[in-house]
Amino acid sequence: MNAPIALTAARPVTDSVVEVRNLDKIYAGTVQALKDITVDFPRGQLTSLLGPSGCGKTTLLKIIAGLLPASAGEVRVNGKVVSGPGPERAFVFQDFALMPWASVIKNVTFGLEMRGMAKAEREEIARRSIARVGLAGFENRYPHELSGGMRQRVGLARALCVDADVVMMDEPFSAVDEQNRRKFQEELLTLVAQEKKTFIFVTHSIEEAVYVSDRIVLLSPRPGRIAEIIEPDINRDGDTEAIRRHPVYLDTVDAIWYSLKTYLD
Amino acid sequence: MAEHPNQLEVEPAGFALARERSAGGPSRKGALLDRRPGAATRFFTHPVTLRIVSAAALCLAWQWAGTVPISPAFPTFTETMAALWAMLADGSLFAAFAITLQPLLIGLVVSAILGVAVGVAMGLDERAEWFASPIFIVAQAAPLAALIPLIVFAYGIGLTSKTLVVCIMAMPVIVLNSFAAVRHTPVSLTEMGRSFLAPRRKVISRIILPAASPVIFAGLRLGCASGFIGAILAELLITPTGVGDIITYSRSIADYPSMYAAILSIIVFSVVFIEAIEQAEVILFRPEKRASP
Ligand SMILES: Nc1ncnc2c1ncn2[C@@H]1O[C@H](COP(=O)(O)OP(=O)(O)OP(=O)(O)O)[C@@H](O)[C@H]1O
Ligand SMILES: [Mg+2]
Repeated sequence: MNAPIALTAARPVTDSVVEVRNLDKIYAGTVQALKDITVDFPRGQLTSLLGPSGCGKTTLLKIIAGLLPASAGEVRVNGKVVSGPGPERAFVFQDFALMPWASVIKNVTFGLEMRGMAKAEREEIARRSIARVGLAGFENRYPHELSGGMRQRVGLARALCVDADVVMMDEPFSAVDEQNRRKFQEELLTLVAQEKKTFIFVTHSIEEAVYVSDRIVLLSPRPGRIAEIIEPDINRDGDTEAIRRHPVYLDTVDAIWYSLKTYLD
Repeated sequence: MAEHPNQLEVEPAGFALARERSAGGPSRKGALLDRRPGAATRFFTHPVTLRIVSAAALCLAWQWAGTVPISPAFPTFTETMAALWAMLADGSLFAAFAITLQPLLIGLVVSAILGVAVGVAMGLDERAEWFASPIFIVAQAAPLAALIPLIVFAYGIGLTSKTLVVCIMAMPVIVLNSFAAVRHTPVSLTEMGRSFLAPRRKVISRIILPAASPVIFAGLRLGCASGFIGAILAELLITPTGVGDIITYSRSIADYPSMYAAILSIIVFSVVFIEAIEQAEVILFRPEKRASP
């Protein structure tokens, strides 16, 4: 088709779960939110979408999720063109999107229930998923009884238990304080290492992106375009705390900051 | 009811702490003791106590206004209660309610079912909105009592006309509230439903309707209150029957205590009815409110 594909002749061993090709998004006929986005999301990795506020990160994520139609171009997931939401994708919402009238377990089983799974089975899976995000014992609580960080974990448990290939997270840690944020980032690394899933992670924190990502897609502000793709070469196997002192981590944060600074004026 | 054990569990712990500290620091003892509500304070600030006090104050004010009297046609609270008791004892009030409740209940059931259905349809479908919203917006703004002669002209003076008056009074607010409730479902919740593969009808039944139910029920309560007004209005303006008959008749013979007793009885009934709707809502649709207040 065009250059980016031809260039990937020396493609790395990993294949791409999600392929975005020449994507445009124009809102209400006037606001161009995304322009000519072409990017791949390698299987089993965590890719971050990073960029200033309003550059179209949420828009891109929702188009991949099949929640918004693209104005031009296409998205393929496992080789199939996306025309709506699908079982191979799960979404963690920025504002949690929990049903306030439903208990934690009912919220978490929602996706499984919609897939037609029997009650006993889905509750069994949900319980494991709830324990996985550290909320065991809160199954029968209601969202308003939980803190912001706990609600976010409920949203994460809901997305994890449908066992999708791709988990999309829209600024999942924006509602929690700095200490919890760091803790969640570490937990996310463990999760990515353990689950054989592809994560697409939206953030506007440079440090957060560099800390958790295998790959960072830098978007420029309106209309959102791909400015740069960075693959920080950080070994995440050892001590998670050591990453923040890793020279590559510090250099990458600096480099991204210099790139983004040019958009600030 | 579930709330009380919870509160009791929490409070004593805090008090124990306060007591310990007050024992340790005598200089601050007084301040800490002041902050600890005693049994008396708790009794006087209990919601039930406060409500009874409020009702008692109202009755006293009424009694006072009646003894002044602010108008010769305004009976005292005790006179009204005596008249109410007399009507209860000879069964005339029950007979009157049996008549008044017919158009009222038929009208409210029809308005509730039809009103919620139309409102929800308008919220879900823009064509339904364009078609129906002008009717109900005009209906809500117009002084509907003025339509009563027209209704009598078309449907006579029987049950049909009275039921129609109840519907006309109750429906617009039920429809418009249901409509607004459905329209204001948080977008992220419906997106959540779609992204977890809920088909449209599941998004409606599992997300939109539960999310809309508090405002729909608020509309139902307002609609019922209007329906009660409609029922009495119909009895006063069309033909005097039921409670409306007691009001009209007692006024004509200047038996003001009976007239006020009839009005009071319908107000009390209306309040109890609307309170019951609220309880039904919490029991049926808001498990999270039952779990913890
Ligand atoms: N429904 C909409 N209608 C019109 N314009 C929209 C709509 N949603 C988003 N936009 C515009 O599209 C652009 C990208 O929005 P988007 O929400 O994707 O940004 P974002 O990168 O997620 O920002 P943030 O970091 O603040 O969440 C913005 O300029 C916004 O004004
Ligand atoms: Mg966003």
